[in-house]
Parts: sequence; C-alpha cells; structure tokens
Amino acid sequence: MKSSVIIFPGSNCDRDMDVALKKFGFQNKMIWHNDNNLPQSDLIVLPGGFSYGDYLRCGSIAGKSKIINSVKEFAKSGGLVLGICNGFQILTETGLLPGVLQQNKNIEFICKNVFIKINNKENKYFNNIDKEILELHIAHNEGNYFCTNDELKKLQDNNQIAVSYCDEKGNCDDAINPNGAIKNIAGIFNENKNILGMMPHPERMIDKHLSGEDGSIFFKNLLNNLKK
Amino acid sequence: MTVTEKVAIDHGLKKDEFKKICELLMRVPNITELAIFSAMWNEHCSYKSSRKHLKNLHTKGKKVIQGPGENAGIIDIGDDDAIVFKIESHNHPSFIEPYQGAATGVGGIMRDVFTMGARPIANLNSIHFGSPQHKKTKNLLRGVVKGIGGYGNCIGVPTIAGQTSFDESYNGNILVNAMTLGLVNKNKIFYSKAAGIDKPVIYVGSKTGRDGIHGASMASAVFDEKIEEKKPTVQVGDPFTEKLLLEACLELMADDSIIAIQDMGAAGLTSSSVEMASKGKLGIEINLNKVPCREEKMTPYEIMLSESQERMLIVLENGKEKDAKKIFDKWDLDFAVIGKTTNSKKIELFFDQKKVAEIPIDLLAEKAPVYDRKWKKIKLPQSIKFKKQDFKALKIGDCLKKLLSNANICDKQWIWDQYDHTVMGDTIQKPGGDSGVVRIHGTSKAVAASVDSSALYCFAHPLSGGKQIVCESWRNLISVGAEPIAITNCLNFGNPEKEKNMGEFVECVQGITESSKYLEFPVVSGNVSFYNETKDKGIKPTPSIGGIGLIKNYENMVSMKLKSSGNILLVIGKTIGHLEQSIFAREILSEKKGPPPEINLFNEKNNGLSVLKLINQKLIESCHDVSLGGILVAVSKMCIKSSKGVKINQLKGLVNKFEYFFGEDQARYIVEIRKDNLTKVDKILKENSVHYDKLGSVIDNNIEFSDEFKLPIDDLEKTYKNWLRRYMVN
Repeated sequence: MKSSVIIFPGSNCDRDMDVALKKFGFQNKMIWHNDNNLPQSDLIVLPGGFSYGDYLRCGSIAGKSKIINSVKEFAKSGGLVLGICNGFQILTETGLLPGVLQQNKNIEFICKNVFIKINNKENKYFNNIDKEILELHIAHNEGNYFCTNDELKKLQDNNQIAVSYCDEKGNCDDAINPNGAIKNIAGIFNENKNILGMMPHPERMIDKHLSGEDGSIFFKNLLNNLKK
Repeated sequence: MTVTEKVAIDHGLKKDEFKKICELLMRVPNITELAIFSAMWNEHCSYKSSRKHLKNLHTKGKKVIQGPGENAGIIDIGDDDAIVFKIESHNHPSFIEPYQGAATGVGGIMRDVFTMGARPIANLNSIHFGSPQHKKTKNLLRGVVKGIGGYGNCIGVPTIAGQTSFDESYNGNILVNAMTLGLVNKNKIFYSKAAGIDKPVIYVGSKTGRDGIHGASMASAVFDEKIEEKKPTVQVGDPFTEKLLLEACLELMADDSIIAIQDMGAAGLTSSSVEMASKGKLGIEINLNKVPCREEKMTPYEIMLSESQERMLIVLENGKEKDAKKIFDKWDLDFAVIGKTTNSKKIELFFDQKKVAEIPIDLLAEKAPVYDRKWKKIKLPQSIKFKKQDFKALKIGDCLKKLLSNANICDKQWIWDQYDHTVMGDTIQKPGGDSGVVRIHGTSKAVAASVDSSALYCFAHPLSGGKQIVCESWRNLISVGAEPIAITNCLNFGNPEKEKNMGEFVECVQGITESSKYLEFPVVSGNVSFYNETKDKGIKPTPSIGGIGLIKNYENMVSMKLKSSGNILLVIGKTIGHLEQSIFAREILSEKKGPPPEINLFNEKNNGLSVLKLINQKLIESCHDVSLGGILVAVSKMCIKSSKGVKINQLKGLVNKFEYFFGEDQARYIVEIRKDNLTKVDKILKENSVHYDKLGSVIDNNIEFSDEFKLPIDDLEKTYKNWLRRYMVN
C-alpha cells in the first residue's frame, strides 16, 4: 500500500509518521507543500506540528497551500485522508471536516497519554480492531473541538464521531476530558468516513519502549483494511 | 554622537576600560566602535572575571571531540555518532519578560547545537524561582514554563528532563538555564573558524530589528528598581522561523559549501563576525546596507547590537552562493551576501559607502580585559550536634508527608505536561525520572541526560557543593543504566566584584574540577552568568550541571519504577545520617547551619561503577539515587511511580531513625533485586568493596516500618502530586 505524508513548513511529526507507516508496511513518500500533484496513493496523511508556526490560526495557512487542492480532489474521489493533531486542525480549516479546534480549556499545552473510545468501526480506519478502547498520546495546545449544535447533531446522526476521550473503562465524562472538547470528541470523520481527523498521535505509540503500543494496532489494522 | 568617558560608562564599560580602548586604538572610538567594544568586553561575551578560573576545568577525555570554546561541546558515542550539547543561561531576560526570555533561551541553545551540524534530539532545563510565597513567583513560573514549551514544542524537539527549585534568594533574580543535545555524524561537524581570504560572508534567517539591543550588556549588570524599563532589551522569539532555519541549515550542510558557521546570539552580528574572524586569524569586511532589516532607518550602531533571534552568519566557499540561496529561498528565509573575509585582521564596517568602523580583531578578542578578581575563601561550617529532644515530638510519617509536599521535592508534572516530551518518537524515559533518555534513532543505543544543582550545599560550602553536583549528575545517569561520559555547566552566580561572590565562584569551580577529574567526567561546554543580583541581594551560588551518558543497548535501561512484590531493596553505599543542610534540617528542624554532606570521591566512583555493572548484568530491576530528602523520600518516590509499597526492615544498632531515614549522605542508590539474584549481587558488591544494607522488600499498597508507621501509597501520592498543581491553580 502506498501512502504520502505532506510536509508543511513547521510540520514536526512528519518523520515520526514516516517511521510508523514504513514500520507497518506502507510504502511512504514525503510530499512538499508547494508541489501541485500528489503521487498515486492509498492514504494521504497530514502530520502534526505547527504548520506556518500556527500563526493566524492553527492550520489556517496550510489550509490554503498549493497541495491542498489535490488533497481535496483525492478526498472527494473517496481516497483516505488522515489528519493527526495539526493535520486535524488543517482539515477543519479546509472545510473537509466540520467544526474548529480551540485552545485547550486550561489554556495550557498538554502532553500526556489518554484513553480513547472507538465509536464507529464501520470504516477503513477502525474496522476489525478488537479493542474498544485505545491508549494513545496527545500533545497539543489547541485540541478543544467545538462545533455548532446543528453540526453536532449531524455528526451524531451520521455516526461521524470517530473517537472520544474516556477513562480506562470507557466512561466518557467531563472529569477525564483533557482539553474541553465538546462531547469529549477526540476525532471525527466526514460523512463518507474516508477522512479522519484526530488529536491523539498513534505514531508516538508504536513500540513497547515508548509511551505505549496501541498505535501499532491502529496502523496494522489500517494497512490490512486497505489491502482488502 | 561624540564619544566621551560618560558615554562609555553608559555602555557598561569601566573608566579604565575606556582608557585602555583609546590607548589600544590610538584614538577615541566612534559610537559604532564603542558599541562593538562594549558588546565584546562585557562579562557575558568576554568572560573577563571567570576566564582565569575556567582554565582549570577538567576538559579532556578519550571521548571528547570538542571541549569548551566552540558553540557547544561534542562527545563520541561510537559508530561515527556524536552528541553535541551545551547548557546556557537566560536569567536576566526571563526575569523581565518570562515568556520571551525563556523562549529565546531555548531558541538560542538549540541554534548553538545545530550550528555545528547536529539535529537537536532533546531539550532539558534547570529553572529556579523565588519563594513560593513571593508575589512574583507564580507568574514567573507560569511564564517561563509557557515560554520553554512554546518554543521547544513548536520546533518539535522533546523536552525530556529538568529541574525546578524555589528559594528566596531568587526572589529578584530567577534562573533559566536551557540545555540541548544534538546528534551529528562525527565526520560532518561544522565549526565557527573562518578560513581563506575573499570568501563570501552570508547572512541567513530572520531580518534584523531593534529588539535585544544591549541584551548582552544587560546580562552583565546588576538589577535595580528600574528593571522594568529594560523590557525592550528582551528579544522576541519566533520558533517557526527557527524550525525553518534548522531545516535549511541542515540541508545546506549536506554538501561541502560551508567553511564556517556561527549563530548570532548574544551581541548578535558583532560577536558572530568577530568570533569567526578571530578563530581564523583573519579580517572581515561587512557592508551594513546589505543586512536584511525589518525596521526602517536602522543605524550601523543598531544593526551591530541587535539581538534579533533566528539568524546565522556563514562563510561560504566561493561560487556556492547560488545553490545555497536556492535552499534558503525554498524555506522562505532571508539570504544575503553581506561581506567577505579579508587578510586585514580587522573588522571593517561600511554603511552608505562610508567606512563606519575599523577595529583590529585582536583588541576585541585576545586583548579584551581579563581580571584576577579578589575572592574570599569560605570555611567549612562547624558541625551541629542535634539532640534527642530535637526529634522528640516528631513522627516519621508526618515528616515524610511534609517533605513530599515541599516545593523542592514535590512532583513537577504540572510543568512537564506542558512540554512535548514524546515528539520524535524516541523518548524512552520521560521527565520525572533520574534522567531523561532518548534513543539514537534506528540504533540500539540511547543517551541519558540529566540536569542538577544544589544551591544550598554550594551556599554552605562552595567547594563541597561544587563537588557534590557533579557526583549527583553522575549518579542520575548511572541510575538509568547509562555510562556517564561528560558534562556541561551553567555557572550562575552573584556579583563577581564582591569578594564573597567571587569566592563562591572560584571554589565551586574547584569542586566541579576535582569531581570531574576523579570521575573522568569532563566539562565540554558551558557558560557563566554573573551579576544575578538585585538591589544588593545576590542569589545563592547555583552552578547547574548537565550530564550526558550512553546506554549501549537500550533494552538494559532501568527506571525507578518498582517491579514486583517480594523483591528485595538494597541501599548501596554507607548511611551515616548526615542531617546538616538537608531538607529535613531546614524544613522540619528549622536549622540552616552546618556543613553539607561530605563527598568521598572514591566511594562515589566505586559505588556508581558497581551499580552500573549490576545493571549491565541485568541483576537490577529498578534503581533510584538517594539525594534530597534521603532514603525515605527516595523510597516513597519509587513506590509512587509504581503504585507499590515497601516493608522496611528493622534498623541495625542504635541509629537515630530520623538521621537514617532523612540524612543526605552521598554516593547512595536504592536498588530493587530479585531474591534469587541476591547471592550474585552480594558477591559482586563484596568483590568491589561496596558497602550495602538490606532496606526491606517490595509489597503492595503501603510503606511500613515496624509499629512506627504504615502509610498508604495512595495518600503519599496525593501529597506528592497535588502541591504544585494546587499552588498554580489557586
């Protein structure tokens, strides 16, 4: 399977994503933001970091970069687009996903392990994962997801809330909400479930010496689902 | 502006110094020249008070590739890999403007490291604040932590360890020391020494603005009540540009077009151009009209003194300009040929077709003043005899809780949750352990790093204090299974013109030298920050030591997390029960006098190397060094990390329990071993003449000691973890 990771000026999880994708069997290419064309890919990843310094608003300048038009076309044709952290912020800025990511409620950057509950497995990302809860890692200053009531209703009705912050046992309440996100939302899909934006970083959890290994489950599963 | 003695004094120069400048130049300097002298001759750039003593530091070793004198030190970690590292202070700016001060401190030290061709792989910091009750402390702490995070997180370099302390002596002068480690191929290291004549001098990075003018001279003076007025002298950081600069520089470094490269740090364009020329014994000519400026009508004076961040100066091979420019264009960074190297051995500046400065380089470097300042020796304080009744009303459990919630011991998670410590995907030991550990990407190796200081010990007796911190750094590395290799030091002191402060400096340096020589743990880089003084009140002497060690196979790394109930805990090293200068004496007995614990370098080395041997033979399950708070605090931290308990054995003989549990004797470690390994461990320790005691065994849930106390770990955890968070929220 072929993947492409897009590098924006200020991306800083691009290498980590490249390492993770290759580790689990993707043939990955790194694509510069100023290129016009995407190589033939089964998966496009917008990595974490601080694209354009997150100046103006997180992800807003990257959302207007040259390559984004190709990403939009690819997504419209049903291609898989995964945005992690800053990548999620970029996806909301381009309008590929609804809502916005505001500053964390405690107005502090948060770097720690979190548990997330998988809400919808009928998609290429989570189909066949036998766990209900994954332990991943967050590292962000603007992860506080917000959308209008109408948008939220649409997300709920279409089963677009991909993952929510929860405790070890899967309870999603305010007490474990790390950043103030509405309904503990950690990640969402578009209507077709081919675009996934999420704040947690699976690429930082890919071997037993790191903060955890649940990221491995995510990537292994994604590759298997794409092969089908 | 006509330059007079008064103008020179306003620039921070002394009367004599101005006289010397006029003699050396054989004329009165013009204002731009005076600015250059004031920048190069101030304490921060010239090391005029410290140089004489720094010469004695132990700086050599088999693994040292580059010692002090370059942008950073470099050590060999095998297979052509080398680690570039340094610690640097950004104290004065951080007190005035905590966010930007701390942020640009981090930015500056990272530039020092990638200037040498290394990709930064880890950041650390040592930060010191006034008393928690002081009205400024909370905001300063919040600002500094945000600043460090704001810069490091954006660049995408993990912050893997640090140290935070509180003491009233920092009320008017906080300390912010930032450290960076970078990884470089040892055959592709870049230096700041220019070579060759008529080579283009290139300016890259951000544009020059009026920020930070006089920054270096500010860092060379004491503070008074007008300190707030100095806000404009604090630089403003732009981590995004630094990230671009990092990538662009590393891309340019992939081929052979760079002859020399130097970042523009303190004293900006002045010190970078002078240093490159001085090291290459060359001259340098700069056309200041070519310098990219962000503000209009900047004068030569302002351009030369600006401390705008994220800028580099490069001497390039002839004919490589075009290709180099392409790279910087790609990253949207300024690139300008601003001058050339010459054989004049002078710095010559041109502006609007006129020569605006001409100074022989040696007057700014070798001939800068060096002072042999007067200093006072500090005697070892007399011992204090504690009496039985001092302890009579005390309960061990209560004392422990009080110490665990003490600002200087309590959990600092509130701080490091705000630092990205996992980006780059190689952090295998996070902040909160004895050392941070990152893997060397794609290999089985890992480097451990820790940063330490012990201002109370250094204040009580600088010589012992200096020795102690080096030992503590060494122990922190051993405790994770790393072989200690080298250190970097950030020497934070008061006013060197006062004999007592100067004495503290001289004797701390002596102590550092003694330990690093004995432990073969050389100093390869560092910086000195004097004048940490406000309204006549100086800080306690605070040398910070950043230590680096190598773990050849990271599968062998250990942490302080207890593994299984039933395992045995040993205390390696002898416990005498030295309470003077301990946190127990200070906080529980309110006794601030007495000597710090004695340092026995033989035991330190022998115990450390023996523990390392045990770790490498996989005989140790977990390990933690015993430092602030003594055995009981150390054991509690191990328990809290792992949610396990410990049953402590009866003590042998008639020792005072408080001295045993809270004494801060040095050269000690607590190790967890499996029962079936005890014979092997005993044999190795005896063969190496290492003293050890059986402390107890790992159990579930509580720390217990005969009938005296039984403390649930959950309770201790809350006590340990809640203090800082509550303090910051309220």
